[in-house]
Amino acid sequence: MMTTRILEGLGRLYVGLLLAFLYLPIIIMALMSFNVSPFYQLPFEWTTEWYTSLWQDDQIIAATWNSLEIAIITTIICVVLGSAASLALFRYEFRGKKVLHALLFPPIAIPWLITGTAMLIFFFGVGIGRGLFAILLGHVALALPYVIVVVSARLQTFAPELEEAARSLGANQWQVTRRVTLPWIMPGVIAGGLFAFAVSFDQFVVSYFLATPGQTTLPVEIYAAIRKGFTPEINAVSTIIIVVSMALMLLTARFFKFGGEK
Amino acid sequence: MAGVQVSNVSRSFGAHKALDDVSIDFADGGFYALLGPSGSGKTTLLRQIAGFDFPDSGRIAIGGESVERVPVEKRRIGMVFQNYALFPNMSVADNVAFGLSVRGEAKPVIATEVQRALDLVQLGKLGGRRPHQLSGGQRQRVALARAIVTKPRVLLLDEPLGALDKALRVDMQIELKRIQREIGITTIFVTHDQEEALTMSDRIGILRDGRVVQEGPPEEIYDRPKSEFAATFLGDANIFRGDSTGNGIRLPDGTAIAAGVGATLAAGAKASCAVRPERIRIATDGGASDGNANTLKGQVSKRIFAGNNSTYFVERAGQTLKVIVQNTGADRLAEGQDVVLRWSPESTVLIAAG
Repeated sequence: MMTTRILEGLGRLYVGLLLAFLYLPIIIMALMSFNVSPFYQLPFEWTTEWYTSLWQDDQIIAATWNSLEIAIITTIICVVLGSAASLALFRYEFRGKKVLHALLFPPIAIPWLITGTAMLIFFFGVGIGRGLFAILLGHVALALPYVIVVVSARLQTFAPELEEAARSLGANQWQVTRRVTLPWIMPGVIAGGLFAFAVSFDQFVVSYFLATPGQTTLPVEIYAAIRKGFTPEINAVSTIIIVVSMALMLLTARFFKFGGEK
Repeated sequence: MAGVQVSNVSRSFGAHKALDDVSIDFADGGFYALLGPSGSGKTTLLRQIAGFDFPDSGRIAIGGESVERVPVEKRRIGMVFQNYALFPNMSVADNVAFGLSVRGEAKPVIATEVQRALDLVQLGKLGGRRPHQLSGGQRQRVALARAIVTKPRVLLLDEPLGALDKALRVDMQIELKRIQREIGITTIFVTHDQEEALTMSDRIGILRDGRVVQEGPPEEIYDRPKSEFAATFLGDANIFRGDSTGNGIRLPDGTAIAAGVGATLAAGAKASCAVRPERIRIATDGGASDGNANTLKGQVSKRIFAGNNSTYFVERAGQTLKVIVQNTGADRLAEGQDVVLRWSPESTVLIAAG
């Protein structure tokens, strides 16, 4: 009895420490974004001054729009291409399928620094160069494997007889996909899309390599701002990013759990 | 409705011949069972008729029209899958409506037809449920309703009752037969359950290693099997092997067994005789002999009592013979007892060896 209680206490302590480790720096930063003092000085005095001045910072605003645009386009491209690729890998047998399947996963493990360098060299080599379009291409390449992995995982739970049943009832390929297969893999498609958005929106390394000074994304802009000198606006914009990212990840978790049901 | 003709169909997967020159004529409106052990090609044949896969050679016709290169969605067939394959994201009514809806039927027509199909399978009130809220038997009925609502030319069933428990199976057998009679649709169903094949079908095709071993009405296959495989796969049979005497065989120990039915074989050829266990009479004495009955002596090694009947295992010259005796209340034989077995030549089927 006694030992169970001690173990339970230790378990709770462990979870508490873990959560503190994960969230304490973020919470402090979020709090400081609402503090009057720009130098983390206490006592805490409430203000939204930093958010207001953020709103007037044209560079940050422009970079935010760039980031959002790139993330949304990346998400759309990756969801369409990734879902189609997953369906093809699921439905058809073709030469080199296993090799292709195996080659889809290593990019996830390759450090972004290396990928970024390689992309920079490659894009210069083929004449694309740097800029927002290069960043978009880079993000699509980074996010695509995530979508394929997530959608394929969902497809593993799909019974191929369902497609056969639909065909036997007279449905053509498009009707089968739209009315039977897509509804089943939709949680995976949504989760994959959220992943793609997060990979793109939070991307720093590859964006940093591929950005030109005038045209950049939010994480790169934040980094540049910090190098010029820390301002509390950074706390403010970081807090906004964290809220958005965490909301996305919570959504992903929710849809991914859907994927495990049934 | 339409009949189905399968003519000289072959299909290989790599080096494996899944179907080897298969020809079967499925009559219009008939109930046909394809029976065979796993790997015999019965499911491959069903999938060829459905159109999920095309034959390497041969012809498949539905209602006289060649379809062997027509994909499944254009064949106008109905199919029930082993695990029902109901669409989990749709209600029962939407599942049944699917085939009509992809054909672009008008909504009121669909609603009427769906209700009629659901009534036919006695699930009229469950249209709003989801598949996962149904029992196995109910899912089976939905799958059937979904397959027949489009008025297909032929109904294909892939081990339709395999996932149900015994009692429900018997119910569904009766039910399936009733619905088939009511709509009069040509029905082909694959099974490995010989009892199911015997009780439900008008005709049975027995497959083995991609070939049709025998084909005909259940009574004919049961009473006149043309091979040892057919004899033992459909029902139980005692098999004696020896040399043909023209109208029976001679066992290696010299005993003659007279056969009244079966193949016509030249004397001297290798041959077998098959006898159903319920055709053999068992007695303890030498009496009650009738003139031309086959007679063998043996010893009871085991008895299994099953209520309405008993199965005796009788040892004779290194062979174990099976005898089934109805429970008439007469004296039962004990294990170890010496017995005499008698059966008529008319109950003995002569089979060519091979």
